[in-house]
Amino acid sequence: MNDMRDLYQQLILDHNKSPRNKGPLENSTSRAVGHNPLCGDRIEVALRLDGDMIADIKFEGSGCAISQASASMMTTVLKGFSTGRAQELFEKFHAMLTGDGGDMEQLGKLAALADVYKFPARVKCAMLPWRTLEASLDSQPAMISTE
Amino acid sequence: MIDHPVALDPARIRPDFPALAMQVHGHPLAYLDNAATTQKPNQVLEVVDDYYRHSNANVHRAIYELGTRATEAYEGARQKAADFIGADSRSIIFTRGTTEAINLVAYAWGRKELHPGDEVLLTEIEHHSNLVPWQLAVKDTGATLRHIPLGADQSLDLTNLDDLLSSRTRLVALGHQSNALGNVNPVAQIIRRAREVGALVLLDGAQAAPHFPIDVSALDCDFYALSGHKMLGPTGVGLLYGRRDLLESMDPFMGGGEMISSVTLDSAEWNEVPWKFEAGTPNIAQAIGLGAAVDYLTALGMDRVRQTIDDLSAYAAEVLGALPGVTLYGDAATRSGALSFNMEGVHPHDMAQFLDGVGIAVRAGHHCAQPLMERLGVSATTRASFQIYNTREEIDRLGVAVREAAAFMLGV
Repeated sequence: MNDMRDLYQQLILDHNKSPRNKGPLENSTSRAVGHNPLCGDRIEVALRLDGDMIADIKFEGSGCAISQASASMMTTVLKGFSTGRAQELFEKFHAMLTGDGGDMEQLGKLAALADVYKFPARVKCAMLPWRTLEASLDSQPAMISTE
Repeated sequence: MIDHPVALDPARIRPDFPALAMQVHGHPLAYLDNAATTQKPNQVLEVVDDYYRHSNANVHRAIYELGTRATEAYEGARQKAADFIGADSRSIIFTRGTTEAINLVAYAWGRKELHPGDEVLLTEIEHHSNLVPWQLAVKDTGATLRHIPLGADQSLDLTNLDDLLSSRTRLVALGHQSNALGNVNPVAQIIRRAREVGALVLLDGAQAAPHFPIDVSALDCDFYALSGHKMLGPTGVGLLYGRRDLLESMDPFMGGGEMISSVTLDSAEWNEVPWKFEAGTPNIAQAIGLGAAVDYLTALGMDRVRQTIDDLSAYAAEVLGALPGVTLYGDAATRSGALSFNMEGVHPHDMAQFLDGVGIAVRAGHHCAQPLMERLGVSATTRASFQIYNTREEIDRLGVAVREAAAFMLGV
């Protein structure tokens, strides 16, 4: 059971039960859909950019606790960020999940997801919202997949 | 008086399976993912090991003693597999598994016999391995796919079977038992109706063969596919049963050694059935291992195997069905072997993760049946599936852990 508490920290359970910024975003300027074919998780991230700044960000969709909490926490952190800073945070978050450490101080509450790296099958779940965010910022493919 | 077969005693079965003695995350392993693959008894492991130590040679080629031993063991396994499903050994083709067996039919029969206007009838609940090969086949041939729908009671809805079957139907291909729902499909009724319109029938027996007695001549099917690793045998081997006259008329699936009788630089003549379909060095050790698995199951008696798995499945439905927030899937009247469920508010992947934490191995996901998941209106389910070595205590542990998972994830 200790392992479970590592993976599912209280903050994660809380964001899963009461996700923040979940729902449609009016006047969005960019959006993307992310899909994890392995488990059927599907997330849509919508942004309203004011110049280079993320003025608002919301997500929709369904998935496991890890992907839902990751999406919820991502939206609370990124509001007000420049796209460049968001990209930097993406890199740090990714480094943390692949066990390369990452900069815990800068990651703030996202560090609650740090132990996901011990569960390789679930890294994709935590990354899904971030990969979808990246796609929406790149305005590249409208649909991304973790496979 | 009706004689019910006596269920097997897991205390006498379990010592045969070394993997079952493992501890996982500090808990005894409860292996409940048997619809994905089964654990292997010593009787299978030892036969495979012994083949490599004492009989390893290529089959049908070597003049020397080891080659004779290997060939006898390999062909002996074919005879055992044939006896296991009531077939003649010459109508048994060793393949890599069920998927390759179905693809063999989709290529060697489908590409030759399907034409524009023809139809292949499947069901909405097929494993991808009995769906995608046919999607590819109709794309190449201009034929059309149709599907028997899933009814409200989550059994196949045969109401419109007369509309779905016609003189255009060339083949009906369906699972004998569903991997995702556990349903045993009404194949006798479907085969009878298929015969009336002159359609051939292929049964995917991947889930049925490890569960109850199979007799392909009584079933009156034309093709039957199964996998060794789902019935206590090694990975990498399965088989296709095919009606002899059909196999004779089909062209080879793959070219290479073994499958020819004579070759010139420009052409070749095919070997006899079934070797015509076994190009290259086969999975000899695995086929021999499958023969040992068949021996093991036959010695226990497939009637008793069925009774054991049916009892465990019914008990699991009782235990999980009694938990608040749990939805069970599948047709309660025929469901056995596999039990799909969801706990309200807990995603199946989180459920499986939590169960793994207490040593219980189950499957979470779409079970290679995405159209079915869409039909059920879920993205995934959790599935517990049973074999002769599982115990009621393991199912009790599952019930407790499912309830604990909900309490943990939902904080109630």
